[in-house]
Amino acid sequence: MIPAEYYLVLAALLFFIGVFGFFTRRNLLGVLISTELVLNAVDINFAVFNAYYFPEHLEGFFFTMFAIGIAASETAVAIAIILNVYRNMRTIRLKELKKLKF
Amino acid sequence: MEHTIFILALPLLSFLILALAGMKLPHKVAGTIGTLSLATVTVLAYVTAAQYFGAGRGADGLFPTLVPYNFTWLPLTESLQIEMGIMLDPISVMMLMVISTVSLMVHIYSFGYMKGEKGFQRYYAFLSLFTFSMLGLVVATNIFQMYIFWELVGVSSYLLIGFYYTKKAAIAASKKAFIVTRFADLFFLVGILFYGYYAGTFSFEPDVRLLFSAGIVIPVALGLMFIGGAGKSAMFPLHIWLPDAMEGPTPVSALIHAATMVVAGVYLVARMFPIFIEFAPQVLHIIAYVGAFTALYAAVVACAQTDIKRVLAFSTISQIAFMMVALGVCTSDDPHAGGLGYMASMFHLFTHAMFKGLLFLGAGAIIHAVHSNERDCMGGLRKYMPVTHITFLIACLAIAGIFPFSGFFSKDEILTACYSYAPMMEVFMSGVAGLTAFYMFRLYFLIFWGKSYYESQLALFEKGRIEKKPHTPHEAPAAMLIPMVILAAISCLAGFIPFGEFITANGEAYEIHLNTGVAISSTLLAIIGIATATIMYMKGQNKVTLTMKVRSKKFIQAAYHRFYMDELWLFVTKKVIFRGISRPIAWFDKHAIDAFMDLLGSATQTFARQIRTFQSGNIQSYCIWFLHGVMILALILIFLV
Repeated sequence: MIPAEYYLVLAALLFFIGVFGFFTRRNLLGVLISTELVLNAVDINFAVFNAYYFPEHLEGFFFTMFAIGIAASETAVAIAIILNVYRNMRTIRLKELKKLKF
Repeated sequence: MEHTIFILALPLLSFLILALAGMKLPHKVAGTIGTLSLATVTVLAYVTAAQYFGAGRGADGLFPTLVPYNFTWLPLTESLQIEMGIMLDPISVMMLMVISTVSLMVHIYSFGYMKGEKGFQRYYAFLSLFTFSMLGLVVATNIFQMYIFWELVGVSSYLLIGFYYTKKAAIAASKKAFIVTRFADLFFLVGILFYGYYAGTFSFEPDVRLLFSAGIVIPVALGLMFIGGAGKSAMFPLHIWLPDAMEGPTPVSALIHAATMVVAGVYLVARMFPIFIEFAPQVLHIIAYVGAFTALYAAVVACAQTDIKRVLAFSTISQIAFMMVALGVCTSDDPHAGGLGYMASMFHLFTHAMFKGLLFLGAGAIIHAVHSNERDCMGGLRKYMPVTHITFLIACLAIAGIFPFSGFFSKDEILTACYSYAPMMEVFMSGVAGLTAFYMFRLYFLIFWGKSYYESQLALFEKGRIEKKPHTPHEAPAAMLIPMVILAAISCLAGFIPFGEFITANGEAYEIHLNTGVAISSTLLAIIGIATATIMYMKGQNKVTLTMKVRSKKFIQAAYHRFYMDELWLFVTKKVIFRGISRPIAWFDKHAIDAFMDLLGSATQTFARQIRTFQSGNIQSYCIWFLHGVMILALILIFLV
């Protein structure tokens, strides 16, 4: 059986790749995809902790399900926002979206 | 005595009505409201006086001090609290009568004098406010209440002097009056606070032991209070505001600047008299010397003025100084041994209010008739204004101190009191009294005798030298004459009031008896004064007058300019205080205090300008800061908690 630590390392890697992408992507869609990576890392953590440490419970899996559902709806909302941003600004490059400043 | 509350409430009510709704009321209604409320107050004041003095003396042979109303307004400490109330004792009851009488006369008189004037309702509103404040001042149960009303009369005086607010001189005069008296009141307040702190109370009857242990502080406090009184009562050198205050309407001058408000300083000293005589007789004697000098100074200046109201103003200063002298020469509170001055002062206050009010009302009638304040526009008016002439003559005789007019009796008491203090004082004050007779009759002859300005103008007109037909002087309307006649009657008879029966320093009855020597010498001096004035002015400018004028030209010029006291004050304030003290302070304020505040502001601004680059609008950089924050919080939670 694969030790739990392997999964956790994978989840941590995924999480920080997501965070790194979130900060460095120039494109709004890239940022959105990075957030999905962060969420997926969390999902893996939930599932692993549930399966390895509390096999008789199901809360972890349920949280994972919820998180996937929420991620889907969040993506829908975010894409709608991005579409609107594009319509108004004719761009989704983050460098150019700087209207909210001093 | 419960009705005394209405004496204060009615003028206040009529002030509120007239001030709030006055502009919507027709002139006659507004005037009637003010006058009717004042008439009621006068009746109440006389009823109060009749009941108070009618009830007679108590078991200890004194008139009791009644306090029908008194409530605590501001409790500062257990013992020290500010109260508001009504106190009746012989002098406050006497003042109630004086104020309400003169005020009522002025209210009636103003119907004629102010007829058709713009702001008639405002005028009556201010008169009511003044009467309310002045009545509140005299019935005060403690020195702090007195101070509050003291300032209120100051404000109403300011408002009334500046009644013709489109006239530059009136505005300047009202400001001057307010600032000078306010400056003096500062000392008054400091005196009150000293007194309150050391006596532990603001009342007029403090714990004597506390006062004894306070030592030198009490005389200092009383001296400071006297400076306040000197400001209101126009004692030298704080007198400069009173002559200018004549810019106000003449009835106002009669009420405020002759009969009532200006004697507030005398009243203050009389009110504090038991403490003065017990703890600070030396301060009292200083008051006497200040008063004596003021009396002489004002009398000399009055001789050289050409504006008839200014003459009366200086005569007021001089007469108030007489009252101050009378209080100052007291050496005990026993009227039989050195305490006569107190009674004399109050007596003179009473008679002076009547005849000086009358003089001002008469002057108002004359100004009303010839439309000028200058004596050059008068002369020979006795044919045109017979009633004014007679009443004015009565008032002049009264102020000159001729038997049997009221001024004779009160002035005689003052001189007797001076004599018992120091014979030199009596000689000096008698001389001033003679001078009083001289300048009053100079005024009288210049107005009513001599060559008529109107007739000479008329002759010029008939010859075709001037275009406009001169205005014929006419007798004043009945509304103005009736108060004058009433006041003249009082001035004739008031001397026979047995004043010593009611008011003395220690409250015991004192029978007024004339001191023959003093009476004869002062009457002689008055007659000499009158005779000199008659020779010099009765037939207009004659040889004697002209030689006098040429010989002492410089002196007359100096007296006309009031010995340059106003200029001296201007020099002291503008050159010394403003330039020498205020400017450096202003510089310090601007370059040290303001600069420090500016530094705080600009430092904040610079700092803000530096840190605002955080808000770049770049969402990702916001997120990085957010992440840093989260990580720091996480570290804190993990390692520190």
